[in-house]
Amino acid sequence: MTVARTRSVALVGVTGSSVEVEADVGNGLAGIHLIGLPDTALSEARERVRSAMVNSHFPWPDARITVSLFPASVPKRGSQFDLAIAVAIMGAAGVVPAAGIAAPFFLGELGLDGRLRPVRGVLPAVLSAARQDDDVTVVVPEANAEEASLVPGVRVVPAPDLRRLVEWLRAGDFPPFPPEHPGRPRPERPERSGPSGPSGPPEYGGPGPGERALPVLPAVRPHADLSDVVGQPMARRALEVCAAGNHNLWMLGPPGTGKTLLAERLPTLLPDLHLDHALEVTAIHSVAGALPPDSPMVFRPPFISPHHTATAAAIVGGGSSTVRPGAVSLAHRGILFLDEAPEFPSHVLDSLRQPLEAGQVTVSRSIGSITFPARFILVLAANPCPCARPQDKGGDCGCSPTTRRRYLGRLSGPLLDRIDMKVMVARSSRRELMADRQFVETSQTVAERVLAARSRAAERLAGTPWRTNAEIPAAALHSRFRPSDAAMRPMTSCLDSGSLSARGLDRVVRVAWTLADLAGKPRPDENDTSAALALWLGLDP
Amino acid sequence: MAAKNDLGSHGEQLAADYLRAEGMTIIERNWRCRHGEIDILAEDGSTLVVVEVKTRSSASHGTALESVRPAKLARLRALAAKWLSAQSRTYATVRIDVIALERFAGDYSLRHVRGAS
Repeated sequence: MTVARTRSVALVGVTGSSVEVEADVGNGLAGIHLIGLPDTALSEARERVRSAMVNSHFPWPDARITVSLFPASVPKRGSQFDLAIAVAIMGAAGVVPAAGIAAPFFLGELGLDGRLRPVRGVLPAVLSAARQDDDVTVVVPEANAEEASLVPGVRVVPAPDLRRLVEWLRAGDFPPFPPEHPGRPRPERPERSGPSGPSGPPEYGGPGPGERALPVLPAVRPHADLSDVVGQPMARRALEVCAAGNHNLWMLGPPGTGKTLLAERLPTLLPDLHLDHALEVTAIHSVAGALPPDSPMVFRPPFISPHHTATAAAIVGGGSSTVRPGAVSLAHRGILFLDEAPEFPSHVLDSLRQPLEAGQVTVSRSIGSITFPARFILVLAANPCPCARPQDKGGDCGCSPTTRRRYLGRLSGPLLDRIDMKVMVARSSRRELMADRQFVETSQTVAERVLAARSRAAERLAGTPWRTNAEIPAAALHSRFRPSDAAMRPMTSCLDSGSLSARGLDRVVRVAWTLADLAGKPRPDENDTSAALALWLGLDP
Repeated sequence: MAAKNDLGSHGEQLAADYLRAEGMTIIERNWRCRHGEIDILAEDGSTLVVVEVKTRSSASHGTALESVRPAKLARLRALAAKWLSAQSRTYATVRIDVIALERFAGDYSLRHVRGAS
């Protein structure tokens, strides 16, 4: 009777927990029993593991095999335990030395012919494995190797199939496999300067997570540039503030004025993600299965634009057996753009309120409560009325005031209270368009200003967990980062009249800080707070 | 058909010899009723042993041992109850054993699982 033990990782949301896989090959009728709360996909591992081992010409033990996944209380889903189960059985059957398999983590789904197939969520799994020990070895399918090696301080062993993995386990130690396998070309990484690829040299190696890497300017995207949007100087400025301080923005205006165009250019103003943020974002996208296989690291802030028929579960995350991150989490450290915002069901819009405040979202399902990070820039675009025909300058909008009020009323007060800036995007005349042409700036120019402002904020916030003005909590805003009394004066009358809530005040102060950062001032003065207040009050001049 | 039956009966004979060598007493062989058949009924001290014998000529269709599934065990248990109801004497316990024989180059390998479940 022999028992062998190895390790794998179970994912709950984007956090992983170490799972011990034990196999016992012992007396009794031949068969395999899998215990420890497996789901259907995991129960089917029995058939996959057996076929993979037999077809790789390893003896399948003709005995009673019991495989136990510990801790039994953690629900385990999916096929990523196949490899650990196979390795544990082979350890118990004496095919590989049992001592050599106890320490490494094994992740991967087995094909029936013994080849290793890629699985979702490798990055968060490897991240949690790295937290277990100082010196961690993780065996992953070859297709996931690039994603797994993003985690610093982990020895990643890419395995193409079961046979070659066993050869390595029998040999004892390195070198595992040559990085290039004949007849198995590795996908080339895309050109860094490609239109959608990540830009700029990422700060690998040097700063670990938690340290601040030098931010890098985004490369100019040939197909989207802020200079494309002519005639909207106010909105362009608002976009710049939005990018500099990670503030939320609402653009209201008739169709064809460039709201969508503007929102789509916001990513070009944002710098690359810091390494630790990039890992967070990549982990979420990995769990969602949304990572491009050829460039596994997400260095650019994501831009997520769900359609207005999206359900609440699609926005905040959900699912019955496996809880997947929703749009708010996919937009983590990036932008969530809701085009035609009033067309969204109001309960979907209101479900954004909690993540907007907390920077994370907790999804409760029968399998448990799962918290996903969700700190994003919310950008809303809306038409002033459902017919969307021009109302000014002799337009023929036929909507009654009631219709229009009801249309915009779908954006609830509590939601709008969380929008830092509200901007009217008006139709521009031909003359305005011509005049504005000489003032337009490229994304590159604006992104440099944004980067300077963000660095200024980061410097001020050094030693705190926050990096942008939008993240400063209210308590710190009113103690350490309180503007002067003179600068606070414009807000007092609004507070007294009730047109500014306490939360609104906090948001105004945060935007004022960003305006000061953009202007290169050490503290916001009265001009900045007035401008921020005007942006907050926004639509009603 | 005949070759298959020969293999099976030869295997059962080998199994019976083996059980005797193990110190058990064979009570009955190939007991049949309309619900099925018990290959060997044996006595191991005060225990009634119901033995299922599986003989295979090769492992190409799976091993003999893994061809005994839980449904077969359940059927054997029901048959054992049926057999017991016709007996006057009683046993302290009833055990189900599986004997798996595989033929390699004219010779047989034998595996005995006591108390299969």
